[in-house]
Amino acid sequence: MKATLNRIAAVTAIEIRLSVRNRWVALSTLILVLFALALAFLGSGPAGASKVGALTLTAASLATLSVYLIPLIALLLSYETIAGEVERSTLPLVLATPVRRFEVLTGKFVGHLSVLTLAIVVGYSIAALAVVAVHGADLHGALAWARLIATGVLLGAVFVAIGILVSASTARVGTAAALLVGIWLVLIVLYDLALLAGLIVDDGGFFTKSLFPALVIANPGDAFRLYNLAALEGSAPVAGIDGLARSLPFPPSLALAALAAWLAAMIAAGLWRFQKVRP
Amino acid sequence: MSDPSLLDVTGLSVAFGSLKALHRVSLAVRPGERFALLGHNGAGKSTLFRTVLGFVSPASGKVEVAGAAPGSDKARRTVSYLPESVAFPKALTGAELLAYFARLKGQTPKSAMPLLETVGIADAANRRVGTYSKGMRQRLGLAQALIGRPELLLLDEPTSGLDPISRGDFYAILDRLAGEGTAVVLSSHSLTEVEARTDRIAILSRGRLVAEGSLAELARAAALPVTVRVKAAAEDAGALHARIGGRRLNGRSVELDCAAGDKMAVLSRIAALGDVVADIDIDTPRLDDVYRHFSGHSAGGEA
Ligand SMILES: Nc1ncnc2c1ncn2[C@@H]1O[C@H](COP(=O)(O)OP(=O)(O)OP(=O)(O)O)[C@@H](O)[C@H]1O
Ligand SMILES: [Mg+2]
Repeated sequence: MKATLNRIAAVTAIEIRLSVRNRWVALSTLILVLFALALAFLGSGPAGASKVGALTLTAASLATLSVYLIPLIALLLSYETIAGEVERSTLPLVLATPVRRFEVLTGKFVGHLSVLTLAIVVGYSIAALAVVAVHGADLHGALAWARLIATGVLLGAVFVAIGILVSASTARVGTAAALLVGIWLVLIVLYDLALLAGLIVDDGGFFTKSLFPALVIANPGDAFRLYNLAALEGSAPVAGIDGLARSLPFPPSLALAALAAWLAAMIAAGLWRFQKVRP
Repeated sequence: MSDPSLLDVTGLSVAFGSLKALHRVSLAVRPGERFALLGHNGAGKSTLFRTVLGFVSPASGKVEVAGAAPGSDKARRTVSYLPESVAFPKALTGAELLAYFARLKGQTPKSAMPLLETVGIADAANRRVGTYSKGMRQRLGLAQALIGRPELLLLDEPTSGLDPISRGDFYAILDRLAGEGTAVVLSSHSLTEVEARTDRIAILSRGRLVAEGSLAELARAAALPVTVRVKAAAEDAGALHARIGGRRLNGRSVELDCAAGDKMAVLSRIAALGDVVADIDIDTPRLDDVYRHFSGHSAGGEA
């Protein structure tokens, strides 16, 4: 047990070190800070007219943006992690030592997630403090940010696990990169477009009432956004698919359960794929 | 009775689809032995290593590492491996990488650091691997393999890219380890290189073990002829040829082949010719000839 933890810690430490050296830590934090600040001060952000605090409003729009950014950063951090080691022939070296495959995978997962968590926490906290400095703070808004950060990490965890699965599924970094772009496009962009198209065609029929809510929370990005918007309890304006946040046929916590289920499934799939990798 | 071998390979066959990468290979390596694996490109050397590590499953036959199955905990604690063409992450330093592998092997990073000294890259310990020369990276790979005093070292073409001095250093380290009881299995393309530095040599050709033994045994088994070149005193190879046979080379010389055992008899016959002979050259088969013979790439002759 102790040996297992030591080896996992060794893998985690080396992955974090690599991310620091390769400037991934600085870069992902910077991206999140910049986008969050831009959203807070440049966008359709707090107009000051509504009763809702500026903090809450930026949290709402940031929830939408996070769906694009966090998965992308998570995938970028992790897609190379195993395919790269296969290509460089370091995987045989690692797997010739007493380390178990699940320990390698766990260590990598924790390492990448730590980097992402750091970026989210630091990046969004800086943005939140900036909003507070300009517009003042309120408890409701602070809670919204805390929720955003916590569920953002969960969303990130799902996509780090997906990235690792992708990486374990191919022996080529190039293929992994192509898969990464494809997965991001399908899960984050095309899925929503397809749902919207379905809503328009169906025009309030069976699809809209029964299938649609389930399909929305079946997607990790949508589940994340839905949970955050629903938790704001009608205090922020919503549009498009997110209208569902007002009329959820189930408790918002189910969206969290969906995210957790995604995480478990992706980790299990990653472990299974990695067992089959021939170093 | 317990088996004294650290590595036991019995009737091992490995296939990749229809390609037979290894075919009924058997060999055993004992503690303290330096064992060289030779063979042409694609002969199956790396495949043999990878099978011993448990990365590749045999189609038939058996591999045992210290009596345990490849890839088992016991086997992994026994072996250390240096793959061919390993590329460490460029952004990390030598010391960081060594510490990492030490932790994976259940050793403290501190205990591994002296190995950088052993392989002669202590000066570069805190430099990024991206700045290392090929030889330095190879040395780092060796340092990594030495962590935790493994009982069995598997080194796949460890000296490729090393200059002659570094090669010497490298084999000196192996000699010392073998003296302390470590079994060393290494692959190479050059018989000349491993001749004086290993105890036993095995030659793989197209997945089959075609020869195994000490260098002297291999040379004997190859039974390559000794070539004697005789130069006539007067420019009269014809007369010489008439008396000793063989092949006429040019106007002055005659060349003949004889079995290694007959060498002395042939020489004394030539010596008895007295003044007719101006000079004698003897070509004993070189290591590369022995290697070629077994690799099935003989330079000519039987075809
Ligand atoms: N994963 C694999 N899939 C399919 N074929 C393989 C695989 N690995 C090796 N082979 C084949 O098995 C044969 C033996 O390869 P191997 O790498 O063991 O040769 P080698 O003796 O190490 O050669 P070299 O001196 O070039 O390193 C080759 O024909 C190679 O193409
Ligand atoms: Mg090879």
